[in-house]
Amino acid sequence: MLRRIGLAAAALLFGAVAVAGCAPSAQTVTIAIHYSLFDETELRVPQGVPITFVLVNEDPIDHEWLIGDDAFHAAHRTGTHAAHGGVPTEVTVPALATVETTITFDEAGTFAYICHLPGHEAYGMVGHLVVEG
Amino acid sequence: MRRPWLSLMAATAALLVFAAPTLACGGLIGPNGAVNLLRTTTFAGYHDGVEHYVTSFEFAGGGGAFGSITPLPGIPTDVVRGGDWTLQRLILETDPVVEEAFLFRAVAADAAGGEAEVLLETTIDALDITILRGGGDEVGLWAKNHGFRLPPDAPEVLDFYADRSPIFMAAAFDADAAAARGQAVGDGTPVHLTIPTDNPWVPLHILGLGKADGEIVEADVYLLTDDRPEMLPNAGAFGQSAGLLLDHSAPATDGLLADLRSDVGMEWVPDEAWLTKVVVDTTAGDLTYDLAIDASGAGAPSAIDAGFAPFGPDPVPRAPVALYLLLAGLIIVAVPLLMERARGGATGGTPPLAGA
Repeated sequence: MLRRIGLAAAALLFGAVAVAGCAPSAQTVTIAIHYSLFDETELRVPQGVPITFVLVNEDPIDHEWLIGDDAFHAAHRTGTHAAHGGVPTEVTVPALATVETTITFDEAGTFAYICHLPGHEAYGMVGHLVVEG
Repeated sequence: MRRPWLSLMAATAALLVFAAPTLACGGLIGPNGAVNLLRTTTFAGYHDGVEHYVTSFEFAGGGGAFGSITPLPGIPTDVVRGGDWTLQRLILETDPVVEEAFLFRAVAADAAGGEAEVLLETTIDALDITILRGGGDEVGLWAKNHGFRLPPDAPEVLDFYADRSPIFMAAAFDADAAAARGQAVGDGTPVHLTIPTDNPWVPLHILGLGKADGEIVEADVYLLTDDRPEMLPNAGAFGQSAGLLLDHSAPATDGLLADLRSDVGMEWVPDEAWLTKVVVDTTAGDLTYDLAIDASGAGAPSAIDAGFAPFGPDPVPRAPVALYLLLAGLIIVAVPLLMERARGGATGGTPPLAGA
């Protein structure tokens, strides 16, 4: 009897997840930063859906999470911003802090997210995100 | 038997960090950043459980603020201005021709919860010295909040040291103040720390901080011990894989010891000693260790101090799981056999003789 109830509950849960997966609702992606590296470096998200990125900086130094195309990053490699804020695709993540930003990608494509603090990109703070149409 | 003091070590220049305002976008380190402070020179000695640590910061002109963070093996009881010629005299002893030699060459780093605990603060000339105690996160956060810009590998390197000794020296060098004091280019400010500890070691791994894996790290380490020191990596491995070269190893001359002893704060230098110079010449990616020195006389430098083994209490000796499984298997097989044999013995049975 208990086994039947368990199977039914599992089926209901699976069904709920499946329904949620069919609807274009908001999604959350968590990216941790540890020892100046992103723990997630290859991500795929759907086009036209609000994506909330939860950026968890586990380091005692500041980091950045800037996402965009090649031209965007070329500009930021020589930029002069002391800090970023107010633009969802340009986020400063202070030491040992968590920051959230929500982005809806209207077009499919591949973007990079990079920390442009001096030396951080060369150290490996680079990830890629594919927006699927 | 010589006097009981065992080892005197020269330690590293550490992390140089440019303390200009942090800029978020890349490529904005000031054009004169990490140039003004040419090099950090460090010497440390160990005698009767007390380490004497001498570091010199040299002013190379220009303006701005710079700093360094150095891991220490213990909490200093005193931080004062060092003598004027100790470091130069050691160099003269082993490299009399090379006038531009230094104990440690520049380690330029293009840099950058709770803060570390401040144990001691003092100012020596244009240097603001702070002794900190804390984990890697705490020390890193303190440095960040005090204008140090740590490079991206700093979090991992700070943890590497904090796991073994959570004591660090942060030195902020104000080049403008140095110029205002009339310090000329090339003038050094020696700092002498007195550190009670029973376990000296020379931090080498931190010399690669802020460098790409393939960048060359060059440094000189001077040791003065009452006997030939036991080190890990040991001298037998020097020259090839370890990236270390045993450049000098001989009894210290009377002249050297007398000269060292005559410098300010160096009266503790003994009458006899063994002088060793180790040259570090490797890449930052390969410099993953420190130089451990056995101060007990047992001839067994610590793998933990060398960074070869993780820090922590000695594990309780345990038989491996595989051995337990093997023993369990033997019991499962052997017990029925023994019981069967015992039953046979109880009935008086004996193996039949062949042909019986």
